[in-house]
Amino acid sequence: MFRKLTLAAVLAVSATTAAAESEAHIEDFDFSFEGPFGSYDQNQLQRGLKVFTEVCSACHGLELVAFRNLHDEGGPALPEDQVRAYAEGFEVFDKALDDGEGDYRAATPADKFPSITGTGAPDLSLMAKARAGFHGPYGTGLNQLFKGMGGPEYIASLMTGYEEPPECAPEDFDGQYNVAFAAGGYPDECKYENGDHKYPGSWIAMGQPLWGEDVDFDDGHSNDLRNEAEDVAAFLMWTAEPKMMARKQAGLTGVIFLLILSVLLYLTNKRLWAPHKNKD
Amino acid sequence: MSGIPHDHYEPKSNFAKGVESRLPIIGLLYTTLTAPTPKNLNWMWIWGIVLTFTLGLQIVTGIVLVMHYTPHVDMAFASVEHIMRDVNGGHMIRYFHMNGASLFFFAIYIHMFRGLYYGSYKAPREITWIIGMLIYIMMMGAGFMGYVLPWGQMSFHGTAVITGLFGAIPFIGESLQTWLLGAGAVGQPALNRFFSLHYLLPFIIAGLVIVHIWAFHSTGNNNPTGVEVRRGSKEEAAKDTLPFWPYFVIKDLFALAIILAIFMAVVGFMPNYLGHPDNYIPANALVTPTHIVPEWYYLPFYAILRAFTADVWAVQLVSFLSFGIIDAKFFGVLAMFGAIFVMALAPWLDTSSVRSGRFRPMFKWWFALLVVDFIVLMWAGSRPAEFPYDWISLIGATYWFAYFLIILPILGVIEKPLTPPATIEDDFNAHYGPKDGGSATSSAE
Repeated sequence: MFRKLTLAAVLAVSATTAAAESEAHIEDFDFSFEGPFGSYDQNQLQRGLKVFTEVCSACHGLELVAFRNLHDEGGPALPEDQVRAYAEGFEVFDKALDDGEGDYRAATPADKFPSITGTGAPDLSLMAKARAGFHGPYGTGLNQLFKGMGGPEYIASLMTGYEEPPECAPEDFDGQYNVAFAAGGYPDECKYENGDHKYPGSWIAMGQPLWGEDVDFDDGHSNDLRNEAEDVAAFLMWTAEPKMMARKQAGLTGVIFLLILSVLLYLTNKRLWAPHKNKD
Repeated sequence: MSGIPHDHYEPKSNFAKGVESRLPIIGLLYTTLTAPTPKNLNWMWIWGIVLTFTLGLQIVTGIVLVMHYTPHVDMAFASVEHIMRDVNGGHMIRYFHMNGASLFFFAIYIHMFRGLYYGSYKAPREITWIIGMLIYIMMMGAGFMGYVLPWGQMSFHGTAVITGLFGAIPFIGESLQTWLLGAGAVGQPALNRFFSLHYLLPFIIAGLVIVHIWAFHSTGNNNPTGVEVRRGSKEEAAKDTLPFWPYFVIKDLFALAIILAIFMAVVGFMPNYLGHPDNYIPANALVTPTHIVPEWYYLPFYAILRAFTADVWAVQLVSFLSFGIIDAKFFGVLAMFGAIFVMALAPWLDTSSVRSGRFRPMFKWWFALLVVDFIVLMWAGSRPAEFPYDWISLIGATYWFAYFLIILPILGVIEKPLTPPATIEDDFNAHYGPKDGGSATSSAE
């Protein structure tokens, strides 16, 4: 039994290593909001918002986020008048207009970003939490423990992951080759005999959205591809988890409070039991 | 309560006497709080309080969540996000509730393995054990139905898989599955009834917890030596025990504070670590996630479910003998529920005359292997159903059943146990020295 168990374990390890290597390539970006003390970089969120507005929002919705949230503390924190002006740039459908027939009007801060359904592009509100960039190793979850779930890393890697397709692929294969995308089509010509992929990633339907220098940042920050990708990933992390700062703050306060409480309870407990444990 | 002799509540004022003669509730609280408790309990005996606290946490956070949640297939997902974004403190309440489920199962698994090691299930505590198993089953149901409510991808497709298990039952399976879902497929009726039951089950669990406590207050707590408290007289019992309040309340609260500090760190810094990213995608019947994986706390039994495929000879034999009525799928379902059922039978399968594993030299190793087996099964359950994980699951599942059905009964016969200390007092003094200071036994800590 033990020999079988060991054999199985060894095979498991080798099998998953092979699979993990060929699935997708996710780079471990350093985001300011990582770790227990990390926080959103307000400037970065504003830059990411700009990338989203000028590029992503053409096809993708953000239906869970309200324009007023852009003013929230711990977010991009735009001034109220800017939020109002920004919202007016979007059109929303209002059912109450035109005697209940409904009509389009300019958005106000109370409205949510319009959802876009026609293009087949997924809504981006929760994208940074709905994807895990890191897995394993071997199903243990250790990578996620140390690096985080890797949602924003996945987004940034996807933005920078468009590459020339490998030569084995037929030229008319649907979509674009992306080393960070695991869920797309994959030509049989690029598989080994056992079905494993020779190259990381797969073919994604979305054309390359960012090329570098797509937007000009107001704060003069570099707008090369890598920076734009990081900024929009950070922004989408905020849309997915807008209360992250408050949560970490509460977590830290709670941990400190409970540790002090446990020290007090430890001392109480020690003193309480001492007469029965033959100590003073 | 009955059992160990101890002081009873004596109402002093006329008012207290009046209340006590009409409803002896103060006496009940008094007896419960001052219950004589073996003074040698170790840190494995804190999990009951952790579990009770967690049940309270889940009920309180759950009631608040319900105030903002909408059990409708088109609105459930958005209402959860409404809680996360717009409800004051909603994101914390939901993360408490979400991770509270994990804390609940983490604690109950340690609590169960504590019972398995120290023989807490053995006579006269069989009823306590059985009620505990019922609580565990209810928790599994409540946890599963709770996971359905956010109506994400895992919620939806997990429901399809789990209710599909009932569909595997011969003859009545399909009707049963339809009856459970309220429809031919997972949809609005399923969401509504799961919501209703998810709200109901915790209160049934709370009731069972009271009966659980009642049962072990009648028999007295087990303890690390497995030796019973002496009951000859009040004085004799007092040598083996200390009252629950304040000694064990403070000890348990200390442990609870430490555990909650860790819990708070998980909620504050990595609240989605134990969850699955796919559940942040709204349910879509047309897109099936590549790996449908249950929450971590179901994985060992999920592995057992999947272990028995059609190419296992035992499955083929049973299928042949039952004229094909018990196919591989149904066999897996039986194995999964059987794995829990054999645990419930432990009081009658364990033939050893000694209660605590501490004095059972052979048992110790088999028990350690069972713990390893549980963890390996948990891991195998999270992996895709392919070689070598199917083999690992099968070996793990086999050992699980072998432990309860073969090893426990045989060990009691062939094992030569050590002699436990004569009394709890002896055990306690062996660690801490006798009360009068004269140290005849081994050194004080």
